[in-house]
Amino acid sequence: MREGEKKAGIKFDPELLNILTNFEEIELEDVEIEFGDLELWFQPGSVAAAPRVLAPLKVKPTTILEAPFIPPIDTYPGQIAEVKLGATKGEGGTRGKSIIIGGEKSPAFYTFENPTSHPPVISFDVFDSKVPLAKAVKMHVKDVLEDPVAWAKLSVDKFGADMITLHLVSIDPLNPTPSTPKEAAKTVENVLQAVDVPLIIGGCGDPHKDLEVFEKVTEVAEGERLLISTVTLDMDIERTAKIIKEHGHVALAFTPMDLNQARQLNRRLFEFLPKEQIVMDTTTAALGYGLDYAFSIMERARLAGLMGDPELQQPMSSGTTNAWAAREAWQKMDPKWGPRELRGPIWETVTALTLLLAGVDVFMMMHPAAVKTLKDVIKELTGKRGRGEAGKIATWIATKI
Amino acid sequence: MTEREVKKIGVRELSPIDVYMLLPKTNCKECGEENCMAFATKVVNREVVVMQCPPLLKKEYEKNYKQLSEMLKPAIREVTIGTGDGAVAIGGKLVMYRHEFTYFNPTAIAIAVTDEMLDEELLGRVKKTQEFTYEYIGTVLKLNMMAIRSTSNDPEKFRSAVKKVAENTSLPLILCSFNPIVVERGLMAIPKRRPLIYAATKDNWKEMAELALMYDCPLAVFAPNDLTLLRSLVKTLTEYGVEDLVLDPGTFPSEGLGDTINNFTMIRRAGCNKGDELVGYPLIATPIVAWTEPTDAPEVNAWKEAYVASMLINRYADILIMHSTDGWVLLPTTVLRQNIYTDPRKPVAVEPGIRIFGKPDENSPVMFTTNFALTYYTVASDIESAGIDSYLLVVDSEGIAVDSAVAGRKLTAETVAEAIKESKVEEKVKHRRLIIPGKAARLSGEIEELSGWEVLVGPGDSSGIPKFLQEKWGPQKS
Repeated sequence: MREGEKKAGIKFDPELLNILTNFEEIELEDVEIEFGDLELWFQPGSVAAAPRVLAPLKVKPTTILEAPFIPPIDTYPGQIAEVKLGATKGEGGTRGKSIIIGGEKSPAFYTFENPTSHPPVISFDVFDSKVPLAKAVKMHVKDVLEDPVAWAKLSVDKFGADMITLHLVSIDPLNPTPSTPKEAAKTVENVLQAVDVPLIIGGCGDPHKDLEVFEKVTEVAEGERLLISTVTLDMDIERTAKIIKEHGHVALAFTPMDLNQARQLNRRLFEFLPKEQIVMDTTTAALGYGLDYAFSIMERARLAGLMGDPELQQPMSSGTTNAWAAREAWQKMDPKWGPRELRGPIWETVTALTLLLAGVDVFMMMHPAAVKTLKDVIKELTGKRGRGEAGKIATWIATKI
Repeated sequence: MTEREVKKIGVRELSPIDVYMLLPKTNCKECGEENCMAFATKVVNREVVVMQCPPLLKKEYEKNYKQLSEMLKPAIREVTIGTGDGAVAIGGKLVMYRHEFTYFNPTAIAIAVTDEMLDEELLGRVKKTQEFTYEYIGTVLKLNMMAIRSTSNDPEKFRSAVKKVAENTSLPLILCSFNPIVVERGLMAIPKRRPLIYAATKDNWKEMAELALMYDCPLAVFAPNDLTLLRSLVKTLTEYGVEDLVLDPGTFPSEGLGDTINNFTMIRRAGCNKGDELVGYPLIATPIVAWTEPTDAPEVNAWKEAYVASMLINRYADILIMHSTDGWVLLPTTVLRQNIYTDPRKPVAVEPGIRIFGKPDENSPVMFTTNFALTYYTVASDIESAGIDSYLLVVDSEGIAVDSAVAGRKLTAETVAEAIKESKVEEKVKHRRLIIPGKAARLSGEIEELSGWEVLVGPGDSSGIPKFLQEKWGPQKS
């Protein structure tokens, strides 16, 4: 360069020179050169091009140009409420430990922004009477199908359940002989004695019967901080909320995929209950059967809560078991789609993981393999395991499988 | 602050007026719309592109056209892989969250082969990939690409494998090797197919850039768990003249999964919401990496590959490279992709009303279902395939499935009774017996009261309809 400089009789700025040495070739673009500026020597026989507008200064880099990535951090005016499920002896109940959910300050697992306040938890489904179950699920619980106490114990001891959801389906007025609130409360007491994890108590979906049963259950389980599932807009909300408050439990506010109804129900509940005693469920639809709705409603609810909407700042629950309503999960299909023993649990897993990324805090689930996968993923996402070391995947292309 | 305001963070707030002002405003109707304003509205909704306005392409509107193109440019660059009818477009995203607008260009799924596979296996996998189809709510789910990995690192073997794959499929291809000499030999075998080159790294970027320019191919950039390196490589490559890039921040299926999800999320947020053009490119994920882990059984690897793929469809992957061709792995993956890429602005519902199957007479069964598209198509296909002559009432449940609609009171005895009346089915049949979905059993008493029809509670799943009818709807009874 220096040589060229002398020959040309032009002085280059030393900084420009430095930059130029980084590049191999230089094309000049958008530089207009007037005729008079140049002396041209024509070689005999060669054809000279007329001077013209040249291409822009296009320089090909020879080394990697530094461009640091700045993590795109946001702050949010809102925070999700913390809700405690289950109560220990010291807290007025009899559970071995209680579990806190919620408290998020960022969208789900944006751990580059904020650590996850409390990892999501999974509750195993237990039914108080025989229900039709998919084959892939049934094979794991076939011996306990008619014994909710044994079923609960199996879920905790064998499958490591953090929580148990006891579905009191036997109370349904549609049954030939529906069980009474007293009978249902007795089952709850038995399960409380058999396992020491926090419980979710599910009704049958009939707004009147559920309330009657919840009245009895909340009373016999005084102070246990049960999650009462569910409170809906067509129930006597005042009465339901009051018994939940009086006996020290938590309400699960259920609405059918509609954010305005979710707000409305929370608003009603706020009249009687503090934020620390409300969890919300905006409905879970299975993969392939409306999961897109469920996902977007939950993602919207969570973002709105973080952006300061006070009516959507409750932790979220998902009845992920609904994944089994999908035919692909339970039906026999052409062999090319694989055995339903695999199709079913992966269906539940994918449904759960999708909603995990939307912000769900409590999952009600069924299949042990799906639950185990979810627990593993939650550990990875909350940074409880190792980091991504480049060397581990740097040569993936050449791996022999 | 309400949810409405949340939207503003991500969505490009563009009004039809902004577009209209730059159109010719002649209301010439050449685009097929009534006037320029209607066209502008469709442009903003991404239902048409500005190029569909013929006058705008004239010289006099060149400036406006440029301005509009810039204004409508997606935050995430659209990159095309392959050519002609077989080409696949990826990226082109306008928003980070699907509810803000809608996601365009569904995640392309590529199945991998290697250059050391025997012909039988190689071609078998190509065939399986091409023939994968699943019918789902009136559409057909498919796989989209083939990825050819060089496990041999032998240019000649790679060339031969690429050629074989290319001869047997028109699907777009991804050529995978970090060795530029190997990649070049592959490119020479298919100079006109415009495959995606995978991948440029900190060590080979210059040679890969030359290949991408020479063969006019898109180029993937691989910088595992190092976003500064990734962004630096993008800057370098774009300065070098390569425009169509696809970014791979690395897929860690186990340890590092948290980093993976963070990286994909940060890149997409920076690209969509922070205007960082250096990361505004499509993303490629490699769930296939789950197969590099030693396990007790291949199902364990396949299981992990399936769920990592699903997480990355949710978190912004525009291409997935997968190994497994098992139905139980690919079915949830393709169904999830279909769900996430459904336009959230349009309800997935069908018209309520009466549907006639086969040639029903005055004794034929009358059933009802909801107008949620998936429910309807499922029930309809079960009735059709069993060849049942019948009437099906499609009750308006606001596009919600039976069980959720009953729980949410979108489907009530009133709506069912109303539907019976509206349909005039009472003029078509002599009997007054309605078969209701098993999941709406709760409503049976009330429906009988309100409609005056006798209710038969049908099966919980419509696949049980033929058996149910056989047992409960004998000709002697009707």
